[in-house]
Amino acid sequence: MSFSEIRSTFRDMRRGGSAGKGSVMKPSIIVAAVLAALTLPAGAGTLDDVRARGMVICGANGQLPGFGLPDAQGNWTGFDVDYCRAYAATIFNDPTKVKFVALTAKDRFTALQSGDVDVLARNTTWTSSRETQLGLHATGPNYYDGQGFIVRKALKVNSALELSDASVCVQQGTTTELNLADYFRANRMKLKSVTFAQLDEALKAYDTGRCDAFTTDVSQLYSVRLKLAKPDDHVVLPEIISKEPLSPFVRQGDDQWFNIVRWVHFAMLNAEELNINKSNVDEQLKSENPEIKRLLGSEQNFGEQFGLTKDWAYRIVKLVGNYAEVFDRNLGVGSQLKITRGLNALWTKGGIQYGPPVR
Amino acid sequence: MVGEKSGGWGRAALLDNPRVRGILYQVGLCVAVAFAAVAVWRNVADNLARNHITSGFGFLDQIAGFDISQTLIDYSVQTSTYGRAFWVGLLNTLLIAVLGIVLATILGFVIGIARLSRNWLLANVARAYVEFVRNIPLLLQLLFWYNAVLKALPDIRESIPIAGIALLNNRGLFLPQPSFGPGLAWAALAGVAALAIAFVWRFIAQRRFERTGHPLPVLVPGVILVIGALILTYAAVGGTIEFAFPQLGRFNVSGGVEILPEFVALLFGLVIYTAAFIAEVVRAGLLSVPRGQSEAAAALGLRRGQILNLIIIPQAKRVMIPPLTNQYLNLTKNSSLAVAIGYPDFVQIFTGTVLNQTGQAVEVVLITLAVYLALSFATSAAMGWYGARVAFVSR
Repeated sequence: MSFSEIRSTFRDMRRGGSAGKGSVMKPSIIVAAVLAALTLPAGAGTLDDVRARGMVICGANGQLPGFGLPDAQGNWTGFDVDYCRAYAATIFNDPTKVKFVALTAKDRFTALQSGDVDVLARNTTWTSSRETQLGLHATGPNYYDGQGFIVRKALKVNSALELSDASVCVQQGTTTELNLADYFRANRMKLKSVTFAQLDEALKAYDTGRCDAFTTDVSQLYSVRLKLAKPDDHVVLPEIISKEPLSPFVRQGDDQWFNIVRWVHFAMLNAEELNINKSNVDEQLKSENPEIKRLLGSEQNFGEQFGLTKDWAYRIVKLVGNYAEVFDRNLGVGSQLKITRGLNALWTKGGIQYGPPVR
Repeated sequence: MVGEKSGGWGRAALLDNPRVRGILYQVGLCVAVAFAAVAVWRNVADNLARNHITSGFGFLDQIAGFDISQTLIDYSVQTSTYGRAFWVGLLNTLLIAVLGIVLATILGFVIGIARLSRNWLLANVARAYVEFVRNIPLLLQLLFWYNAVLKALPDIRESIPIAGIALLNNRGLFLPQPSFGPGLAWAALAGVAALAIAFVWRFIAQRRFERTGHPLPVLVPGVILVIGALILTYAAVGGTIEFAFPQLGRFNVSGGVEILPEFVALLFGLVIYTAAFIAEVVRAGLLSVPRGQSEAAAALGLRRGQILNLIIIPQAKRVMIPPLTNQYLNLTKNSSLAVAIGYPDFVQIFTGTVLNQTGQAVEVVLITLAVYLALSFATSAAMGWYGARVAFVSR
């Protein structure tokens, strides 16, 4: 048995244990981290590994409607989930060649570091220490978010600044925990936080009245509100207390893979900007616009420079959609959440989503 | 001649000598283990460096910056370090473990003895308890207790006042917090002195009992003596006690001692679960004492309670201590399920938040392993010492 065989066997064992709903604490993932640190060579050639395996393994959120959630049949949907499908689409020309691994906020980095997942697309905030300390790279925000609070309407609270001395339920292992402490400290308010490993547990505790407020990224607040017993009894407060640029993450040391993950997002943005979408992408192949030609590969071969095919971006748009389609379907007008584009509108429409040119 | 002879077959003889060979094997094994350990360590360090993952224990001195809901020692978001958070978590785990062990032992003894009762109803209620509790996973029980506790308690604005001094609601139980003036040291000193006197009295009582067979009361006078000494000395040096009463604020109760519902649910869950196992240990221990012992004691005219306390339990203890130690270790380790219900135990704070904020999985996991190993060794050592004390002395 070669080293790599042992590794893959080990991975399979590990995966069997975590593919479903995340357990409360995952000793296995810790063991995996330690063992991986013992045995794994530095990951180079993730693309080759993915091709050899025949699928992308994607670390996703298993509990968050809009971003990542499997249904009863195990079909995953969500904004981040569609990014995973886009990676598979561009590599295999088949968006279903993805294996999703549900990760808690607490376990996600270890899973990526240890090679359990190829990419982490799990509403994860881009911070300096996650790049300098964890050996990971954010590939660029696909969603600009910020942290907020949800409270009961009956409390008659109009601002987060009135929350001094309030109990706040929060999920563990997130920037949320630190922002919360920072905000209360900066505004000289007294904080009583109650911390849970799982989002669902934290939310349930809030719903039963253990806490006055629940805090997380605003996009998630809209999404988790739907899970509460009486969604209309709760209100999201206006304050945004932090910057949360959510980004997919990859391991450091594999620039080819980093480029692919980063440029899949840019391809989706450029497609939206050039008005290429799922339904018109075949017609657009005949377009005379040089930018469209370069993006879709009808002129020049940029895909090969990524280690992909000429039609790399065509595949993404054809099989998954452009940025607007993915956004609207999961978070925006086409979803239950009805989140407006806001900061996530294209730069041409007042937002800050900006795709560098393909050339 | 002698030298020549030993030179001739000395090497073979040395290898044939089982003692020498045994030592050689052991040295060889130690070297191999040490080599493997060094190789593993270097490999880990190399791989972490190559993957650009920070390593080392420097993070313990960094500011933690997150809030913890229950702290037995001073902890502030602004200034406390990850190292401090480590101690906060460890103390929270110890609190649960120690209280849990004491309460589970008491409950377990009661149920174990009840199972052997001649009263049909009592014996079967105890039996149903054991079978019901030990066959349901602990995690489910904890979630049940947590939700049962939370759901049963009223909202903060409808807090239940208890005797006008305490408040009960779904944020916890709030008790008045006593604060003592100076003079506490004197009282403590007097208490220690009283304790010493109580022990001397116990010694005297034992001697007298052995000589004459007349028992003297020990426990009750001892407790009265110690408590009396504490109170009287404190009053004599002019000490005062002030109580901070819990006050209902806009969102929460302020002032007073706060007992979190997470704490209560975890303690309840662990005690009820472990007590079922301890009850079986106790039952097995009591049944291990031959029937003739209690019959002989009855023939001597001892009452049932006396038979149990003086004859059965002392002998049953020897059998019960090893499996009891297992249960204590289980309880301590099971307390890490606290993460599910939001109690800030060691695993939740350290292996959870600290690991995640620093990303130093290898170091944090190593420390966690070391902590649980140390807790378990300490428990085993204490129980081993107690076991040796109650063992039969063979002459």
